[in-house]
Amino acid sequence: MTMTLTEQIVTIALCVLGTMLTRFLPFIIFSSSRPTPKFISYLGKALPSAIFAVLVVYCLKNVNILSYSFGIPELIAIAVTAGLHLWRRQMLFSIAGGTVCYMLLIQLVF
Amino acid sequence: MALSVSKTEKLKKALKCAFPKTIPIMAGFLFLGMSYGIFMRVSGFSFVYPMLMALTIFGGSLEFVAVTMLLSSFAPLHTFIVTLVIQARHLFYGISMLEKYKNTGLKKLYLIFGMCDESFSINVSSDIPKDVDRGWFMFFVTALNQLYWVSGATLGGLLGSLVTFNTEGIEFVMTAMFVVIFLEQWLKEKRHYSSLIGFFSSVLCLVIFGADSFMIPTMLLILCLLSLFRKPIERAGE
Repeated sequence: MTMTLTEQIVTIALCVLGTMLTRFLPFIIFSSSRPTPKFISYLGKALPSAIFAVLVVYCLKNVNILSYSFGIPELIAIAVTAGLHLWRRQMLFSIAGGTVCYMLLIQLVF
Repeated sequence: MALSVSKTEKLKKALKCAFPKTIPIMAGFLFLGMSYGIFMRVSGFSFVYPMLMALTIFGGSLEFVAVTMLLSSFAPLHTFIVTLVIQARHLFYGISMLEKYKNTGLKKLYLIFGMCDESFSINVSSDIPKDVDRGWFMFFVTALNQLYWVSGATLGGLLGSLVTFNTEGIEFVMTAMFVVIFLEQWLKEKRHYSSLIGFFSSVLCLVIFGADSFMIPTMLLILCLLSLFRKPIERAGE
């Protein structure tokens, strides 16, 4: 290993510091003792919908649709997850069904 | 005495309500956490590293990248910048949680500390029953998720590559969870401006900038579009 223990601790501490900065910053800037600017309140309401879409894409970012298996198992499993959810509206059921479907597809089919 | 009994009841109720919401994350985090712990172990680190890093950083993608950082030569500035870039999305989570985390007392500090993708998604999207304490519900969601992640990472670090199990594909549980949360949100809203903005911005930026550097441009594009379409989106929200 090329790092000393101190250097490792500093590296990890910087990861913690940077992470906490991104988590705490909005709460520090827009403290609850002062009224939140209207534009920020608007963002607070509009952002979650956009973020959920981004998180789905984020999970799939390493899927390569140009080479085998062309993202087909992911597409099928997402369709199954969504289908199950529209059918029963049971969150755990849809997630479990979609995941099992994906595991079967990539272990047995693709 | 009576007060402490009712407090215990309140906590129990919140925990009972929170736990089922975290079950998919338990599956995902135990598996991903173990993969991370195993990865650290086979890279030559004792289990103490993944355990403490899971506890203090509590952010999956950065922890995987940190393994590579720890194996390279010491570069504090680079480490710090990479951290900010990977974690920048939390700024959006914070802005979305400004209202919901209000009046949660000291728990608020922990709620912000533990605000990973999954805890944020559950806490922002759950319809918490009126008789359940909001603050404690969100606290338990966050704490359970962290417990799963730290346990997974520690176990992986202890077992190393001894474990061989045919769980290929189980990581899809996280994708499936975000798909369901996205779908729930979609069914709840009348107009889908914001969902569509999020979807097209991230796909466009992924195609242009690639998997490793599309998140910051995506965030900027979303901010631009949400500012540009503020009027129709606010009208649709009424």
